[in-house]
Amino acid sequence: MSVNPELQGRVFPPVAPYLVGREKVREFSRAVFATNPINHDPEAARAAGHEDIVAPPTFAVVVQEATLAQLLAEPDGGIDFTRVVHGDQRFSYTRPIIAGDELTATLAVTSIKSLGGHSMVTAESTIVDAAGAHVVTAISTLVVRGDE
Amino acid sequence: MIPVVTALTIGDVVAEASFALTRDSLVRYAGASGDFNPIHYRDDVAQSVGLPGVLAHGMLTMGLAVQPVVDWAGDPARVLDYQVRFTRPVFVDATAGATVAVVAKVGAVDRETLIARIDLTVTFNGATVLGKAQARVNLA
Repeated sequence: MSVNPELQGRVFPPVAPYLVGREKVREFSRAVFATNPINHDPEAARAAGHEDIVAPPTFAVVVQEATLAQLLAEPDGGIDFTRVVHGDQRFSYTRPIIAGDELTATLAVTSIKSLGGHSMVTAESTIVDAAGAHVVTAISTLVVRGDE
Repeated sequence: MIPVVTALTIGDVVAEASFALTRDSLVRYAGASGDFNPIHYRDDVAQSVGLPGVLAHGMLTMGLAVQPVVDWAGDPARVLDYQVRFTRPVFVDATAGATVAVVAKVGAVDRETLIARIDLTVTFNGATVLGKAQARVNLA
């Protein structure tokens, strides 16, 4: 089975809102060696002008994850999870993720390309806050290896 | 404390760091991120797909590589955009672990918007593991 080219342009329903917990931000920060006090200490974050602690730049992947699960589970998608390799990743922020945010992610498949028997699937997850304002867009390119 | 954008010259090294990864680091990242792909903690599973052994999550390497830039800029909120390409795996030996080295250099400076592009060179065992690793940092 190969990747369905008709996935290109498909927009998925928004996933359930993700509530950003302070302890989750601290846990993730420890895991990526983020030692900046603004990632851990609410007082340091407030002193820097933030309402609460700030998540590391790659934290958005935690919110994005449910959208990629949607993509891999799409019945007509033809994406075999065991053949998927993460090619590229990008995060583009309008504002940082702050503990207490309620975030909703919506996935769109922006491009599908074939390259040497492999498929390159670019998936863009647009993440907004409870007011609907843009926070970050997480863009992944997945390389789906072709049949050997 | 904020780096002065006008004092930056393209090619300047603004931060350097190295990170000692162990299997514990991978388990910690799996739990924190929710990525429980067993190739990141089970040698037998990694070997069954043709790898020499357990490798670090690409997103862990991406996540730690930007930290020297965060500390240089003084606030994680200053990172406006961050992208990488995953080019080589980081194999993490069960006893010896793995060391990932990061060098952050000024790639471009916009004196109007006060945004600097910081280019990261991220290496393991002397070879780069991330391509086109760039962070756009707000220094306003």
